[in-house]
Amino acid sequence: MSTTAAPVPGASREQLGRLEEHWGERPSLRAWLTTVDHKKIGRRYLVTAGLFFALAGLSALAMRTQLARPESRLLSPQEYNQLFTMHGTAMIFLFATPMLFGFGNFLVPLLIGARDMAFPKLNALGYWIFLFAGLFMWASLPFGAAPNAGWFAYVPLTGQQHTPGLHMDVYSLGLLFLGIATTAGSINFIVTALKLRAPGMSLNRVPLFVWAIVATAFMVIFALPALNLDNAMLFLDRRFGTHFFDPAAGGNVLLWQHLFWIFGHPDVYIIVMPALGIVSAVLPAFTRRGVVGYVLVVFAIVAISIISFGVWVHHMFATGLPRLSYSFFSAASTIITIPSGIQIFAWLATMLLGRLVVRVPLLFVIGFIVTFVLGGFTGTMFALTAFDQQVTDSYFVVAHFHYVLIGGAVFPILAAIYYWLPKITGRMYHEGLGRWAFWLVFAGMHVTFFPMHLYGLFGMPRRVYTYPSEPGWDGWNLVSTIGSYLLAVGLLLVVVGVVHAIRRGRPAPPDPWGGDTLEWSTDSPPKSYNFPVLPQVHSLHPNWDESSRESMGAGAEADRILADGRTTLLTSELDGRREREVEMPGSSWQPLLLALVMLLFFTAMLFAWYPVAAVAAVAVAGTVATWLWPPRRPDRELGVSA
Amino acid sequence: MSGGVRAATGTAALTTELPVGRSTGWWGMVMFVVTEATLFACLLGSYFYLRFQSGDQWPPPGIAPPTLLKPLVMTAVLLPSSLPVIWAEHGIRKGQRWRLRAGLTATLLLGLTFLALQASEYAEKLHEFTLTTNAYGSLFYVITGFHGLHVLVGLTMIGWLLAASLRGGSFGAHRHDRVRNAAIYWHFVDLVWAAILFTIYLSPRL
Amino acid sequence: MEVRIIVPSAPSTLAYYCRIRLYPSYGRNALNSPNKPHALPKWLGSVPVDTRADPTTRSRRLAPVAVLGGVLALAGCSGQAPSALDPAGSGAGRITDLWWVLFWISMAVFVEVMVLLAWALLFRRRRDARVRHGQPLRFVVVAGAGVPLVILVTVYALGLRDLAALGDGPEPGATTIEVTGHQWWWEVRVPGVAGATANELHIPVGEKVRIRLRTADVLHSFWVPQLMPKTDLIAGEVRETWLRAERAGTYRGQCAEYCGTQHAHMSFLVVAEPRRDFDAWLARLGSPAPGPQTDAQRRGQQAFVQGSCAGCHAVRGTGADGHIGPDLSDVGARWSIGAGAVPNDGGHLGGWIANSQTVKPGNRMPPQPVQAAQLPDLIAYLQSLK
Ligand code: HEA
Ligand code: HEA
Ligand code: HEC
Ligand code: CUA
Ligand SMILES: [Cu+2]
Repeated sequence: MSTTAAPVPGASREQLGRLEEHWGERPSLRAWLTTVDHKKIGRRYLVTAGLFFALAGLSALAMRTQLARPESRLLSPQEYNQLFTMHGTAMIFLFATPMLFGFGNFLVPLLIGARDMAFPKLNALGYWIFLFAGLFMWASLPFGAAPNAGWFAYVPLTGQQHTPGLHMDVYSLGLLFLGIATTAGSINFIVTALKLRAPGMSLNRVPLFVWAIVATAFMVIFALPALNLDNAMLFLDRRFGTHFFDPAAGGNVLLWQHLFWIFGHPDVYIIVMPALGIVSAVLPAFTRRGVVGYVLVVFAIVAISIISFGVWVHHMFATGLPRLSYSFFSAASTIITIPSGIQIFAWLATMLLGRLVVRVPLLFVIGFIVTFVLGGFTGTMFALTAFDQQVTDSYFVVAHFHYVLIGGAVFPILAAIYYWLPKITGRMYHEGLGRWAFWLVFAGMHVTFFPMHLYGLFGMPRRVYTYPSEPGWDGWNLVSTIGSYLLAVGLLLVVVGVVHAIRRGRPAPPDPWGGDTLEWSTDSPPKSYNFPVLPQVHSLHPNWDESSRESMGAGAEADRILADGRTTLLTSELDGRREREVEMPGSSWQPLLLALVMLLFFTAMLFAWYPVAAVAAVAVAGTVATWLWPPRRPDRELGVSA
Repeated sequence: MSGGVRAATGTAALTTELPVGRSTGWWGMVMFVVTEATLFACLLGSYFYLRFQSGDQWPPPGIAPPTLLKPLVMTAVLLPSSLPVIWAEHGIRKGQRWRLRAGLTATLLLGLTFLALQASEYAEKLHEFTLTTNAYGSLFYVITGFHGLHVLVGLTMIGWLLAASLRGGSFGAHRHDRVRNAAIYWHFVDLVWAAILFTIYLSPRL
Repeated sequence: MEVRIIVPSAPSTLAYYCRIRLYPSYGRNALNSPNKPHALPKWLGSVPVDTRADPTTRSRRLAPVAVLGGVLALAGCSGQAPSALDPAGSGAGRITDLWWVLFWISMAVFVEVMVLLAWALLFRRRRDARVRHGQPLRFVVVAGAGVPLVILVTVYALGLRDLAALGDGPEPGATTIEVTGHQWWWEVRVPGVAGATANELHIPVGEKVRIRLRTADVLHSFWVPQLMPKTDLIAGEVRETWLRAERAGTYRGQCAEYCGTQHAHMSFLVVAEPRRDFDAWLARLGSPAPGPQTDAQRRGQQAFVQGSCAGCHAVRGTGADGHIGPDLSDVGARWSIGAGAVPNDGGHLGGWIANSQTVKPGNRMPPQPVQAAQLPDLIAYLQSLK
């Protein structure tokens, strides 16, 4: 159903050869460990986050199996508590955000017509840290030392006195370690989107997915410090006897909650925002038109990212804060639904005006709308303090956040997997298999989580490793458990579909869907240099407009081919005017090395080998110093006068 | 070589990577500083939160309100230390390497003086209270210590720049991104101190 | 160890089982009525009891029946679950009304979205559907922002009204009950009354009763779904809430803030009863525990007071005044052992004393060095405390 032909390469064979020489990598172990190619890193993010998803999902299945019957003794409370904590923590920190960062990594340079991210080595570093931090946290589970106090780890339960052992040190150190990667990745996205857009891509021509990623990155920049500080204080309290959270010595336990949710609420939008961006990216191809109200959608994205910093207290509605502050945060939490409403209706309008091409990615988008809207409604209900006080910390909340997380993030991620699979792997997936997967996942999701609304209202609290049978929650729990198996089968089919596509799939043309953005104007999978000719962008839908496409065809200027080095173009922040070309770094051992010494540092801190930690800290500084050490250049080139 | 913009228009200038517009490194550093600033904001916010959630007396009984003399001296050392960096940066933009070297050295010395003063301040305070005395003690040492760590990192950057500039072949009128970026970080470390001075030393007197 | 052998006359587990079926009409006198059980507790399998000898273990409640029960509960017909939709108190009642308003509004908006989606799927996927490139911004703004804004302002106002109502606590002179959360049980005291009890509190029907909440360790949350929304127990601070039951009955409450290993077994019972009965409860709470009547009970008391038990537990009037564990002066009358972990009968009591860690793993009562011979006496004594 390709509506547009593959582009005529505007670069000569000889130029292509030189580009390949500067950017290409021959497969080898060394290349694998040292690469800085954003596409490879993006792919790794996707696979690794997928594995963590499988681990967290299997933990959930274990939990659901335990909860299938009342008074079940399959899991001990200690096991269950570690499993649900790791499930939540991993889903939020090791799956959702990294998965979406993976798509961002793969796609942002392709969507804006660049050859790599702004800081390719930093990008590689981010991946390695993510991998090591994830392993660091999961490794504690087989030893029975995994975090066990819920993903928001309220003090004083998490203090040394009430939770001795390594559990919460793994949590705080693991998240601090991971935070480095998330922050680095966010800065990289912002700078890439600001400076590396193809010439002519002014702000009003930036694809919605890129807007979403950049807004997400800004939220990370402002939200993550609160979590990092919280974890640092927790670690100091536990290890070094400070009293930040100790009411007996002037500390305060609610400080933890404030800081956590100042991060935590924006974090849920950090998760959902790029996913909404995916929806905006997928729809045009399957409705054959651009998303209605581009400016409104951008406005909604920006509004959500700002308002999300003003609602955190809605997670603390039962802690007995002053009623005035509750009224304020309740109002802010209700208002935040408006930009979501704008987006939902913009997508509905897009579908109502376009022509629907119902393929698997669109099915997942539709599943997303149905599910996310329901989850959003329950969110709006919680925004009313009085109602929230009744249902908070019950399964009703569990239902809410799985509706928004699975409906709002997992469904778009699955849509993205099917949509971009041809671009990422160069292979088409099997449509029939995809449809089966969709229906199983969709049905499984609702069978699992819809009943949770009910037994939440019937009084079942969350985070209980078992429950009695008298209150009559058992039947519903059984339904949930059955649903979760259904869901798992559906997800397994997704995996099967991906493997099948890679092994057996038809080779994908450059533009199988007739997509509107730049990634569809280059090969599937793209060459190491992404674009033979960097495009000159003339509209919001460059792959649908003749002049943008022609700019990559025959007769393109050499200064957009840049075959003489490993270079890409810098453009101005607002209107995308060409500024100059920059040299990009090539493969390097430094990212891996730096991540390894950081891992050593955090491991040493965990086991209280402080001298080792000190050595590792010095090694970190040394690695960074050599990383950034300026190359020696002749004075003439530097411009030295004295 | 005055106006950087004029020099940037020629093709020769393009190949030598004269700064046209902001560099990626500049944006990267600004974003990094923004997130660090947020961290300090949260830290100082926690200070005020704990202060206003605890009893009337602050610092808590047993701890005297901080004296001002030494911190003011520290301020007088640290805040002006940004000036030599600015002067050095302007120098290297004109290709004057000696100014870069001299300016960085001056900043390095000022920064080290600051750290020495902070050490002596700690030596005094540790007799009175420690990290583990109570929440006030934790706040005091963690906030000032965290800032001290930042000064240390900033000084490492400055020392690193100085080493690179002494080697030669590193910076010049066309290549001084790293100087610019490290300078941004140093200014930030400086400004944060002002906020800390206000929070820790002045606000208990208000 | 076979509890059955140690305590041959233990009241049947089955009888217990009916006692904690939480019908709203269940009152104190119903405590010992041997109703026929619907299901068997699974924990039987792991406390030291020979379950294979017990024929009733095979009769499990069938899932379909439970599903049906759930559907009925949705309609509000079942009094069995501590359901927020089946309120018995004025606080919870308001929330139930609010919920139905929110529910119907959500349904209406959901139907709107679904109709638009269905329209698109039915009529906009035909091959000849013409793609239109217009930008119906007004539709998006009105449907996505305008209409929701009106709805939101309305429900916000409703929410504020209910928040104010929940904040409208009892008069200064009202009955006050002090509840302290412990990992993993609830200590209950009444100001001015000497004694204490655990995991069960009584309130007079129709009165607003002040509940003062503290925690001895970590955060907990006080929640009686049928009476009142939650209030967290915050370390280092005191929180207050209130209860007002409109009809007599027993209402299940449970800790709703994750508090560690046995957060699952930290439930309690609120007994709403006529003022007369409440005053009687107060009187019992203030007076010494009943003295031992039989020889076995006398030996049990001695073992209790002289053994390790008294270090952690108090029994009023015996000199045992430990404060680590719950006051046991009325333990014989409690609805459960271990805050909902197991029924309160001889078998389970024996199992608990011998090794409470198998019953409620991780709880704060270590296994006790009780000689097998003393166990029946201890059980007899503790059961007499009511
Ligand atoms: C992807 C993640 C995600 C998203 C998008 C949301 C979206 C929202 N959430 Fe949710 N939330 C979580 C993840 C998320 N949440 C998580 C993980 C928790 C629990 C954490 C924990 O305790 O472990 C939580 C908990 C949570 C609470 C605390 C509950 C409690 O613990 O007691 C609250 C309270 O206000 C809340 C509110 C909201 C609101 C108002 C929205 C809104 O943004 C929703 C807006 C969307 C819509 C409303 C639908 C579309 C709109 C229309 C169709 C227009 C018409 C609509 C109306 C007229 C209403 N959420
Ligand atoms: C993105 C976030 C996310 C996602 C996707 C999920 C997915 C699921 N969640 Fe989870 N959940 C959370 C975030 C998420 N959850 C959070 C934040 C909490 C709160 C934790 C806390 O209280 O601290 C929570 C809590 C939570 C609870 C409550 C626990 C409690 O309070 O006691 C339950 C209970 O049923 C549950 C169930 C499930 C189930 C059945 C799934 C299913 O959808 C999972 C399905 C996935 C799989 C079954 C694995 C997939 C298998 C494959 C892909 C194939 C295998 C592949 C290979 C072998 C390579 N979750
Ligand atoms: C080290 C302290 C300690 C000692 C010693 C101790 N207990 Fe306990 N006991 C507790 C705690 C704590 C609980 C509450 C456990 C829970 O529910 O989580 C408890 C609970 C109980 C209960 C259940 C009360 C209820 O209402 O649920 C009984 C009965 C009991 N203990 C009996 C005894 C007897 C008999 C002995 C001596 C043989 C004894 N205990 C010794 C700490 C102790
Ligand atoms: Cu106490 Cu949960
Ligand atoms: Cu929130």
